[in-house]
Amino acid sequence: MMKKFEFKNLKTNSVFINLAAVSIIFLLIFVLIVTGLLSRYISSILILILVMIIMSTSLNIATGFLGQLHLGHAAFMGIGAYTASLLAILLRDSIGSDVVLFITSTVGAMILAGLAGLLIGWPALRLKGDYLGIMTLGFGEIVKTIITNMKGITNGAQGLYGIPKIMNFPTAFWTTVIVVLTIFLFMNSRHGRAILSIREDEIASESVGINISRYKLLGFVLASMFAAVGGSIFAFNIGFIAPQQFNFLRSVEIFVIVVLGGMGSLTGSIIASIVLVSLPELLREFSSYRYLLYSSLLVIMMLFRPQGLMGTREFSFTRIFKPKLVPTNDEEEPDEKGSDS
Amino acid sequence: MELFINQLINGLNTGSIYALIAVGYTMVYGIIRLINFAHGEIMMFGAYFAFIFAFMMPFELPFIAVIVITMIFAALMGMLIERIAYKRLRTAPRISALITAIGMSLFLQNLAYLIFGATPWVMKPLISTEPIIIGNFSIARLTVLTIGLSIFFMVLLTLFVRKTKPGKAMRAVSQDKEAAVLMGINVNRIISLTFALGSALGALAGVFYAMQYTNVESTLGVLPGLKAFVAAVFGGIGNITGAMLGGYLIGIIETFVKAYISSKWVDAIVFGLLILTLLFKPSGLLGKNEKEKV
Repeated sequence: MMKKFEFKNLKTNSVFINLAAVSIIFLLIFVLIVTGLLSRYISSILILILVMIIMSTSLNIATGFLGQLHLGHAAFMGIGAYTASLLAILLRDSIGSDVVLFITSTVGAMILAGLAGLLIGWPALRLKGDYLGIMTLGFGEIVKTIITNMKGITNGAQGLYGIPKIMNFPTAFWTTVIVVLTIFLFMNSRHGRAILSIREDEIASESVGINISRYKLLGFVLASMFAAVGGSIFAFNIGFIAPQQFNFLRSVEIFVIVVLGGMGSLTGSIIASIVLVSLPELLREFSSYRYLLYSSLLVIMMLFRPQGLMGTREFSFTRIFKPKLVPTNDEEEPDEKGSDS
Repeated sequence: MELFINQLINGLNTGSIYALIAVGYTMVYGIIRLINFAHGEIMMFGAYFAFIFAFMMPFELPFIAVIVITMIFAALMGMLIERIAYKRLRTAPRISALITAIGMSLFLQNLAYLIFGATPWVMKPLISTEPIIIGNFSIARLTVLTIGLSIFFMVLLTLFVRKTKPGKAMRAVSQDKEAAVLMGINVNRIISLTFALGSALGALAGVFYAMQYTNVESTLGVLPGLKAFVAAVFGGIGNITGAMLGGYLIGIIETFVKAYISSKWVDAIVFGLLILTLLFKPSGLLGKNEKEKV
């Protein structure tokens, strides 16, 4: 079983166990929504959490795994949101099914955002560290200005109205699962390890034959494409988007989630997204303290635990089912043979 | 022609503000290799301080006193920020220090939002609004003052860095921290001094900015801060003369784009310029190339 897939350090059945656990969580929430125990308001926040999970896990490709400072991720969310919305408005009459409409417009958004990702990935080959951060920040501002100034198409600073609100919880949830799983499997593949090695030591990985330019571009393009998925869900959930929603502050918000969760930990990003999106909603009366909380958390975290909540480790549901942290291969073998025959 | 000269003066005016902020960025970067994102927020606090000392005191202070007190308070604030947030991270990876700076910037912004409220404070003119008339031209008194005082303080700073002993120590620390320690320089004190000087100039820029745009609010420092940073990179980060030159160039370019091309695309053009600079001459106009060590 294991040899067919080229994933070292990864057992295929652990993926299935985690997927099963995620399905159970989904069913629980879905039942709560259907029975009306969770209000529309809460389910809308749940979708917002899912959007932030997609945004932070995708930024984690560029910042956590590739080790490049990226302060313009919201721009790609914006590109995705606008492209998907405009496509959906255009195609609304010819496509009847909501899910098909969502998939078509999201794929379109991913293609455009991927191309924009190439644009930002190319300079990233030449720049490093803070300089790259500044460049991506500048890129984000330029994208925002372009969106604001293309009045005829995007309705400028007033924002785009009349986007079909076709998003519901199951679609958002399973899209998120697919995105996170894709990123996870990608990061555990040969290509993912190549990207990790670039973060650890660029010169050393180049000398063992890793094509740095190719993998850096790949990392940025993937991050941008998944960001477009997040933007698309965001737009279809609220039904209204404005350029101000994709500004520098939003980029920083996503960045904070990645840093707090742990750069290089997808589950860390997921946990941080859940906490940082739901916390301000729970403390509604303190909403003006929201960013004060974010920023002090960020500073305190950097001072006392710079590696973030999870570091580069991942949380897996298999830990709950199997108390032993590392099951030895000998125990696993008979089980698998048994199921194969 | 008249329009051209007027625009040039406007450009110098905006450029002075950018140059003052850019100097702070570049000094801090030169000495601890940190992009101090909180610098724009010190500028914003400077504007609030000036407002408080000018209009909320039981007695009336002369304009120069308001400026000097504001600068002193901002200097203390800069030193405090360095002591609390950045000092522990001097040996940490640069990305952690940078993230802390972003966090600090957001923190100060929201702190100002909570302390001073969401509604912008409207700055009344601190000096006479009567324009100065030279021949055919009439220039606002504020413009003359902004350009004049900015140049005065920047010259003072240059003299300080070039001619005095602490200035010499500052240059030494920026060249090689370990060697500076061996020469008996108190590095902590020099870093504090750098933050103090940079913050004081940033606050001065904040006062001028607030007087020209009249609204004082918590997000006041964001855009000028970012643009001044572009100016610092453009001029060659770490180089004080470069930052001043970059500030004036960005100010003039911005004003001319606004006047002759389009005011909508100003930000895109300034940031486009930043990306081009970074791509083709990352060391900036006056910066030195740094060789990569294996």
